Amino acid sequence: MGNKIVNYGVPSFIIVVWMGINIFLFVWYYLFYDRGDNFFYTRHLLGSALAWARAPAAVLNFNCMLILLPVCRNLLSLIRGSLMCCSRTMRRQMDRNLTFHKLVAYMIALMTAIHMVAHLLNVEWYNNSRQGVYDELSTTLSDLADMENTTYLNPIRTTNLNPQQIPLYFAFTSIAGLTGIIITLALILMITSSMEVIRRSYFEVFWYTHHLFVIFFAGLVIHGIGGIVRRQSNMEEHNFTLCKDQADDWGKIPECPNPEFEGGPAATWMWVLGPMIIYAAERLLRLIRYVQNVQYRKIVMRPSKVLELQLVKKGFKMEEDFFSVHIRSAGDWTDKLIEIMQKLPEGAQGPKMGVDGPFGTASEDVFDYEVSMLVGAGIGVTPFASILKSIWYRFKDNDPKLRTRKIYFYWLCRETHAFEWFADLLQLLEKEMEQRGLWDFLTYKLFLTGWDQSHADHVMVHFDEDTDVVTGLKQKTHYGRPSWDKEFEQVRRDNPASVVGMFLCGPAALANVLEKKCGKYSDVDPRRTKFYFNKENF
Amino acid sequence: MGKIEWAMWANEQALASGLILLAGGIVGVAGQFRGWEFAAYAVAAGVFVCLLEYPRSKRAKGTSVERSGQYCFTVCVKAFGPLTRNYYVRAFLHAAICVPGGFMLATVLGCVCLGIASLIYLAAAIRGEHWEPILPRKDVRKPVAESIKNPPQNPPPRPPPETRRKQAKDLEGAAYDNPSSVTDD
Repeated sequence: MGNKIVNYGVPSFIIVVWMGINIFLFVWYYLFYDRGDNFFYTRHLLGSALAWARAPAAVLNFNCMLILLPVCRNLLSLIRGSLMCCSRTMRRQMDRNLTFHKLVAYMIALMTAIHMVAHLLNVEWYNNSRQGVYDELSTTLSDLADMENTTYLNPIRTTNLNPQQIPLYFAFTSIAGLTGIIITLALILMITSSMEVIRRSYFEVFWYTHHLFVIFFAGLVIHGIGGIVRRQSNMEEHNFTLCKDQADDWGKIPECPNPEFEGGPAATWMWVLGPMIIYAAERLLRLIRYVQNVQYRKIVMRPSKVLELQLVKKGFKMEEDFFSVHIRSAGDWTDKLIEIMQKLPEGAQGPKMGVDGPFGTASEDVFDYEVSMLVGAGIGVTPFASILKSIWYRFKDNDPKLRTRKIYFYWLCRETHAFEWFADLLQLLEKEMEQRGLWDFLTYKLFLTGWDQSHADHVMVHFDEDTDVVTGLKQKTHYGRPSWDKEFEQVRRDNPASVVGMFLCGPAALANVLEKKCGKYSDVDPRRTKFYFNKENF
Repeated sequence: MGKIEWAMWANEQALASGLILLAGGIVGVAGQFRGWEFAAYAVAAGVFVCLLEYPRSKRAKGTSVERSGQYCFTVCVKAFGPLTRNYYVRAFLHAAICVPGGFMLATVLGCVCLGIASLIYLAAAIRGEHWEPILPRKDVRKPVAESIKNPPQNPPPRPPPETRRKQAKDLEGAAYDNPSSVTDD
């Protein structure tokens, strides 16, 4: 249990608080509409369906406010950066932004369903009241219209259509009905195109369809301006307890004038305006960055169909004079890109490139832990290559802020050619470490997971040589997948009473395995080792 | 977006539409709404659409992820042959099914969603996609070679005379028994 608290304590707390607020809002607004005296007459027509529609509406307001925030990457980077001095735990919560976004989305979907069902009932019962199907009080209430000295309660005013068609007519001619249907449709399309199967296979379908959120928010803000949720406004003059049984005397006797109603004002904009502005600022920033000039310094094709682009952008803080991007061929878009790049003449500039960011991510924290384990699977090694380069620079400059004492680097690759992407970097680091006599600082293990008999034969023949046959490094390549239990045991043995940061950039299956191992090998006891799991998403 | 299989998104959309149609229909029937007959139709149509759309198609390229427990549905859907294989048929079927839902507020959302799914299926059909069942792969074991059943009748070749002389001194050690019977009885 203790080891679960290490990794899941704060996120669970945040979820509990969020859920608590949801429940509070639901119950509060439910009771507000179900007990409030000024809704007595409304409830007479609608029953508890009024409260069942309004309570989810409140929860929807809250969640629609929240949903934009986890995808404001610059805001998150800003928060992350400002927390650099203080809490690593809070910084790690920023890495779970997408999980939170999805959770809030599920809540929005659920509340939309309840809200919609309740309103279907409302419309049907309003229609029936208007048709005079119910008791006298209902009919009298429904007859109140916007005239000289009365105001309407029942928003359905039409009676001269086929009664079966009136609900449809009302839905499509009232602002609330029309916007409601449109934004629910947008929500459904957004959800079906964000299913994992679609997202992983055709990201563009997901990305473009998700922009329907613009329609969603626009419709949401104007959804309530019709003011059709009616409350009584003349409670003093017209006491409903006295007057409810004398409906045909209303307006004729002094103690019971006609009840007057007003619509509740649209309140959603107050909740969502802030996040909408923040998100709009984010997109504007993105546009500005797109327009900024990016130069290609070099375009290289690496083995295993990986394209390396070395780019230069003004104003980007870099330790070298360029930054590089490695793109692996993984589908039609990347294939096309690689094709275009290969056709370019030597030294020419590539197509227009926009670079967004920089954004802070999980891997920023590597230097904040005394001990770090970096696991890169395949192309997922790229953030760590950048970190290793950074280490080299800090070493050279003897940076005192370097808190890290030890780094374990695991690179898992399916084929030998992939190692060539960064073999020269590793060789450089190896030499540097040797020169300073600091073998202990960086331990790296390369795992070739897709080996066959010819590899094994080759290795057997060259067994006695000093350097590895695959990489040319002093550290020998391992074959097959790592035994994580052994690795964690070793790290734990070598670093008692330490806080170890585990960083992964790789497939979800591996993430599950490593997350479980972190839980298994962590201990709340400060004399024992603690493993914190961090994942890069891309 | 060159290699998108639109049918995958159409499938998700149609399944969602089936559920929404079903939900709207249940509300219409349970609340005894005007036009509840349309709601009752929507319940049946919703269930039908869900059953038809639940089994995912095998992808033309890439790994297919099946929905849990979809094998039985796959078998049923496969049984209809070209009717379920062809996406033109599905597109028109969904378009036809969704129309009665448009006559009642409770089911109108399901109607519109299914209509959209029908359009995406039409796009998939125009691009030449079709439904393939995901069936478990049967590992065909190579039939056992005949030679196993007939072990050799002759003993194995002897080592050369020089080493054989050593064995002659130790007769007991040189002999060996077959651990199992080499004849067919």
